[in-house]
Amino acid sequence: MSKTVIVSIKGLSRSFGDVRAVAGVDLDIQEGEFITLLGPSGSGKTTVLRMIAGFEKPDAGTIELAGIDVSQLPPYERDVNTVFQDYALFPHMNVISNIEYGLKVKGVAKQECTTRALEALRQVRLEGYGERKPSQLSGGQRQRVALARALVNRPSVLLLDEPLGALDLKLREQMQIELKQLQREVGITFIFVTHDQEEALTMSDRIAVFNNGKIEQLGTPREIYENPVSAFVSEFVGQTNKLTIAGKNINIRPESISVSQSTGAGNQSLSGVLQDIIFVGAITRYLVHTSSGVVISVNPIGDLNVGDAVMLSWDKEKEFLVH
Amino acid sequence: MLHSLSTYLHKKPRLRLVALLTTPVLWLVIAYLGALAMLLVTAFFTIDSFTGNVIQQFNLGNFHDMLTDAAYKNVVLRTLGIAISVTFLCTVLAIPMAFYMAKIARPKSQKILVALVLTPLWASYLVKIYAWRTMLEPGNGVLDWLLGPIGIHSPGFGGPAIIIGLSYLWLPYMILPIYAGLERLPNNLLDASGDLGAHNFYTFRKVILPLIFPSLVAGSMFTFSLSLGDYITAQIIGGKLQMLGNVVYQNFSINLPFAATIAMIPVSIMALYLYLVRRTGALASM
Repeated sequence: MSKTVIVSIKGLSRSFGDVRAVAGVDLDIQEGEFITLLGPSGSGKTTVLRMIAGFEKPDAGTIELAGIDVSQLPPYERDVNTVFQDYALFPHMNVISNIEYGLKVKGVAKQECTTRALEALRQVRLEGYGERKPSQLSGGQRQRVALARALVNRPSVLLLDEPLGALDLKLREQMQIELKQLQREVGITFIFVTHDQEEALTMSDRIAVFNNGKIEQLGTPREIYENPVSAFVSEFVGQTNKLTIAGKNINIRPESISVSQSTGAGNQSLSGVLQDIIFVGAITRYLVHTSSGVVISVNPIGDLNVGDAVMLSWDKEKEFLVH
Repeated sequence: MLHSLSTYLHKKPRLRLVALLTTPVLWLVIAYLGALAMLLVTAFFTIDSFTGNVIQQFNLGNFHDMLTDAAYKNVVLRTLGIAISVTFLCTVLAIPMAFYMAKIARPKSQKILVALVLTPLWASYLVKIYAWRTMLEPGNGVLDWLLGPIGIHSPGFGGPAIIIGLSYLWLPYMILPIYAGLERLPNNLLDASGDLGAHNFYTFRKVILPLIFPSLVAGSMFTFSLSLGDYITAQIIGGKLQMLGNVVYQNFSINLPFAATIAMIPVSIMALYLYLVRRTGALASM
């Protein structure tokens, strides 16, 4: 199945003073996909998003939107809409006026403006909040208004700049699921920026991992997690144990290792001393001191106590190499 | 000693408040409201036309004279016109300047620009107005010397000169509140407006202007009230033109109660202005 490329980024670069924020990014984004730009702060992901929106101009490279180079166009001439990190709702307008803003600008008839705004409010499950001012809403509700204000314009691409960053954990997890559902429902391409790897894994069809202004790896969440191409990706996405065994560097996820007092089921093993047991709710981390440093496992077999001599065990095929 | 006093006051919140507010309240009541009350009372007195002494007897004669004499009506309208023009001119000049300072200039130059806007306030009012006198002097003034060759001439002394002079004097009082208002305005609101398809002018009208409206009101209260009460500028570069302040000044020595009556006009206009502004709700968000 071949999909249409809706956003095509080629050789994109942007510097601020001496800092190269974006250093040659190439990325094709398919129509209707949920793609996440993941990376630590300062990795260039937000600058890429701002260049797609038109708030920043690239020093070099092009951004094609539906086949047309838009990299030199002002934001108001691009068929994209943005959900801002701190929502950027107009404080002097009520919720309905905020949502209608983009439609009114384009000269949509008043009747249709209202109908579509109400429909968008329903989509984000905020019926009855139209008359409120943004200051009278909670963080989560503002987030939804910002979403409705962008979606009501039916853009071909929706840009989301760390939109869940300001919400507390429970609400964030709920919004992650809702966002994903909403995206399927409206079928619009979502470009989502975050520094939260769990968020990226939860929601995305594909993830582009950013580091130092470049894309380090592009792939599905599973590919990124199971086959990270570099030490940076393996450390940034999920937890990784780095071991040196017989002069060879290997990497292995904590969940691939079991820890027990006897030899485990895997075809690889390493002995050590159980140094600490850390309970973190759904899982418990076992920190084992070995000749190769501290190794973390989350799969205990039998009853283990701190100070026990233990054996770590895993399958060779769960190891991965990094460059 | 000081330490034990602080400890003592810490236990007595009421006494602390009294100690804090006595001086400013005394100042406000005696110097500020007292003077206004005297003005109001005096406006209802009259003078003995033979001796020129003030007769402390309540009557409405001054108000009758003021309201019936067309000459005073003209002065009021002229003064209002000048104050409105000055406020308008200051607003038009201040908005782009303040926008540049708050949103475009680098943080470092922002501070320098604020200092530069303030520098004219360090010089004496009189010095500045006399400087404008030499600038505007018809024939051999700086303006004629500079712009005469391209066919632009000084407006001479009169209404336009007063408007230019007062706008020059009060511009910083308009720039600073607008600058402060724009600084508080988050940049992402401007981004959001553009993102939703709005051109810069639309963004200015629908987002920037409503949000800096309280700043405009704050600035206009300075430019408008300072212009209403001014008389020195009119005296020096106004030619034969008189403003309300000049009428007060002239009557001050010959008919004090009448001067007080005239002085009530700018006070009432300002009170009305504040009332109207209050109704827009701009004062609440200042």
